[in-house]
Formats: sequence, structure tokens, C-alpha cells
Amino acid sequence: MDVNASTTKPAPGLKRPNMLYSIAIVLIVILGSVWALSIDNRFLYLLVYVWFGVIYGIFLQYGRFCMAAAVRDLFAVRVPRMAVGMMIAVGLYALVASVVTLAGFNTFHAHPLGWHVLIGGLIFGFGFVFTGGCASGSLYKAGEGNMNSMLVILAISFTQAIVVAESGWLNWMAPEAWVASAAAKDMPESLSVTEGWFDLFTAGYFWDMKGATLGEMLGAAESPWAMAFWNTFVNALLPVIVLLIALYAYYYRKSYLRKSGLANPSLKDEISGIWHMCISSKNTAIAGIFLGIFAGLHMWVTGVLREHYEIFNFGELLSAMGYTQGLSVQDTVFDPGYWYITTQEAQWGAWVLEKLGIDMMDNIFFGLDNGIPNPLLNAPGFMSIGIILGAAILANARREFKWKMPSLETATFAIVGGILMGIGARLAMGCNIGAFFATVTNGDPSGWIFLLGMVGGGYLGVKVFTKWMDWKMARDGGCDL
Amino acid sequence: MAMSFNQTGDGEWKLDVTGYSCPHPQMYTKKALQKMSSGDVLTLVFDNPSSGESIVAMCESDGNDVFEREEASGNFVWKIRKA
Repeated sequence: MDVNASTTKPAPGLKRPNMLYSIAIVLIVILGSVWALSIDNRFLYLLVYVWFGVIYGIFLQYGRFCMAAAVRDLFAVRVPRMAVGMMIAVGLYALVASVVTLAGFNTFHAHPLGWHVLIGGLIFGFGFVFTGGCASGSLYKAGEGNMNSMLVILAISFTQAIVVAESGWLNWMAPEAWVASAAAKDMPESLSVTEGWFDLFTAGYFWDMKGATLGEMLGAAESPWAMAFWNTFVNALLPVIVLLIALYAYYYRKSYLRKSGLANPSLKDEISGIWHMCISSKNTAIAGIFLGIFAGLHMWVTGVLREHYEIFNFGELLSAMGYTQGLSVQDTVFDPGYWYITTQEAQWGAWVLEKLGIDMMDNIFFGLDNGIPNPLLNAPGFMSIGIILGAAILANARREFKWKMPSLETATFAIVGGILMGIGARLAMGCNIGAFFATVTNGDPSGWIFLLGMVGGGYLGVKVFTKWMDWKMARDGGCDL
Repeated sequence: MAMSFNQTGDGEWKLDVTGYSCPHPQMYTKKALQKMSSGDVLTLVFDNPSSGESIVAMCESDGNDVFEREEASGNFVWKIRKA
């Protein structure tokens, strides 16, 4: 099929692109930025998150860039488009991250690797088949007017907050060793670290492991260039190359050789085929390139600002500006310094639950580490809002914005899938961005284990989803499928 | 909102998955094309932009021809000829 030869025309009776909404959103971002800076110019730190969020949203919408599709479409419809785009983004992010590291501005911290990463990825991957989008994908789809995706975001937010702060009824699942280890950590009494499953998981299990990049594991920490070799080339670029070849061999080669009329392809033909696969969806490839580059630049800019303000965490800046409400006992808030999604959503859920009178700060996750700042002062939270706004800017400009209301079926999928994604994200301490994209690109091999879990979960999810479709069609009748 | 797939004429079919998000549109399209005969034309109606990317790639892989695409205000009407 030659897609370029197809005719594309506006549907009859529909209006020309209406840029007014896009311009209005851009103006809101600009005026909001000016307003924040007029209050205190140190809000620049928060605004950097907003602006990068808008950029992410624009490119996510431009490339229909969704990591759920990267996994799901392989099994559901045998389409490698998004998996290829994801690998391109990983490669570019890794290269820029390497430069940022060599320049001394990298804000990344490696994650401890254990069973929780694989299980969390599995649950997260199973869930996102039903929601129709990953953590970042749900945000950009919400920006297209998809209310199902809004439900997914709500489900992820509240599930995480409840898992983190209200998991005492699951204490029976915590081994004695976790309880003993957590009790020995000598934490402030207000955190009650021995009284919630997630606290026991964190203090009694997670803290007893040490995260390290591949270079650090191999004792190369003294040499920046050796670190770049192990962390960037071996941990990121080499797996990307291997996975692209595997995607080509299993999902693209047959149709490429058929269309090209190649019966006995040479090595040059095969390389040409891989190249064609990479550019077969130009939008996705371009989005992958720019998302990778901007994700790396984001770390750089935040690192420079931290040095400028002489801080390690945005909580210090908030405190200096007189905003102390919602800070952790260490005066910190969640401030990764790079692209992240789910933790700030957990904070949104916790903020609402706290307003309803539930104590959400008596735990390690919020009380010790991330705090629960007012959403108007939540810098990574504004990055997520920026993604929604950025996607809305482009979706309106491309005439693709449409309010889409959920049905009972799609709402159920969104909520149940979102709950599973929330559980998976907390177990793995991150989502497809925080536990995969940001890790593998910064030399942390735990991200590949998370991807393995996501692939396993996605495979199982597609199996169950297909059975649901078959059952529904058999039940409903009335169609010829 | 309900998916519908019906034969509308000799060798002509219509699949309407308006209101559905990923992965419904691409999976229903795959099933619909499997049901059709070579040379049949499918009119596909959907409103989930990201599904369109997957459907194009799926058709390209299988040799099916997306020969007409009407797109406006988030609504998509495509015609696909099965190889």
C-alpha cells in the first residue's frame, strides 16, 4: 500500500482548522509564567517544568507517542511503529544524558533492582492495555479531549495515594524481616514506618538495596569516559540496536522484502530495511528524536538552576520563598529534575484525600520524601499539566481535538486499568517514564527489567482483552464480525 | 456508543468505532479486514487519532490500501481496500 498516494481531504461540512483555542492556550501559559515570575522570580525553577511539559505534550501528540502502544500493538496487531519510535527516543535521550553527565549537571539517581521492578512492570503493562495509554500517553490523550484518559489519570492518582498511605490492612503480607529492618531504621515517630505495608516495603526492603548504574557496578565511577561507555553505549545504545534488529526481523522484514521484491537480500538490503522501518512513520520517528533530546536538555537546565540557586531540592526554594505547607519533614518535595509522571499524580490524589480529612503525611513516601504541596506549587505536577496543554495546543491546531465522553465499558476499562497502573507504578517506584525511559538512558539497567515486566504484562493484557472482545461480539450480535 | 460492522453493498463494508480509544479501533479493524474478501472496500469511521497511525502501519504491512482519508474536528472516515 502506498499511503502517500491516498487522498486526504476534510470531511464535508466541517470547518477549517480553528487556531483560536491553540493561541488561547499558548497565551495562558505565557501570562501564567509572567504572573508567577512577577510574584517571585525564583518560580523560574517551577516554570522550567511547565515549559518542558508543554514541549513533551506537543511532541507526544505529534507522534501519537504512547509506550503502551509500543508494547500492546506488537501483540494486538503486529505493528512495531511505536516500539521503534520508543527505541529512537531512548537512543537520543541516552546520548544527550551522556553529554549532560560529562558536563556535571545530571540529576539522575539509579533505582534499586529487585523483584518489585519486574512485578510492578508486569502489573503496569497489564493495566495499560485496558486504559489505552501509558502514563504519559494518558496525559497527551487527555489534551486531545479524551475523558477516558482523564479517568485513567484520576485512577492512577488516587490508587497510588491509597497504596502509599492507607495500606495497613495489607501488613500481613510483609515478612518479619521487613518489619525488623524497618523498625531498626530509627525514623521519626510521626511516620509510623512499621504500620503500613508500603512503609514496610520501603524501609524494610527497598532501602536495604542500593541502586547503581552499570558503570558504577563495574567500578568505572572514577573515569567519566568509562562511565559514558558502560552507561550510554552498553546499557542504552547497544540494547536499542539489538531490539531494533529484533523488531525488524519479527515484525517488518517479511513485508519489506515482499514490497521490495527481494528474494535473496544482501546485508545492505537488510540494513536498508531497518532504516525504512525506522522512518516508516515519520511523525513517530521525529517525535522520538525530539522527545529524547528535550528529555536530556530538561535534566541539564534543572541541574544548572540547582547550581544557580544552590539547592538540591525545590523544597528548599519553596521554604526560602515562604511556602512551607506540604513539605516533608526534611523540607523536601518531589523534584526529580527530569521527566517523570506518576509520583506527582500520587501527590494530587493525596492532596485531595488530605483535604477530605485523611492524614496522608504519616508515611515515608509523602511524609519523609515527597511531601504533598499545594498543586499550585507542585513543580512536576505542572509538568504533567504542561503535557496536557501542549497536546491540546497541537490537537486543536491539527483539528484533532474532540471531547470524547466515556461509556460504561470504556470508563470501566479506564478505572480498572488505571488502578492496576497505579499499583504497578508504586511497586516499581515509577512508570514507563520514571522506571523505564529515564533509567535505561542514564545507565540504570533496572529500566530494562521494568520493560521486560511491561512486555509480559502487555502480552497477557492483549490475550485477556481479545477474549473480552470476542465475548462481547458474541453476546451483542447485531454486527457481522 | 457501540461498535458496528455491517455489509453495506456488494464488496462494501462499514466499521464504526466512534467513541472508542486504543486499542479498540485497530483491533476491530484487524478483525473486520480478516472477515472481508480480497478487493472488498471497508469504510472505517473512528475518532481516536493514535489508532490511525497503527491502522496505517497495519495496512502497510498486510498490503491493504488506505486510498481515501477524510479528517476533520477529530473525526476520521477512511476507505481501505483489502489486498
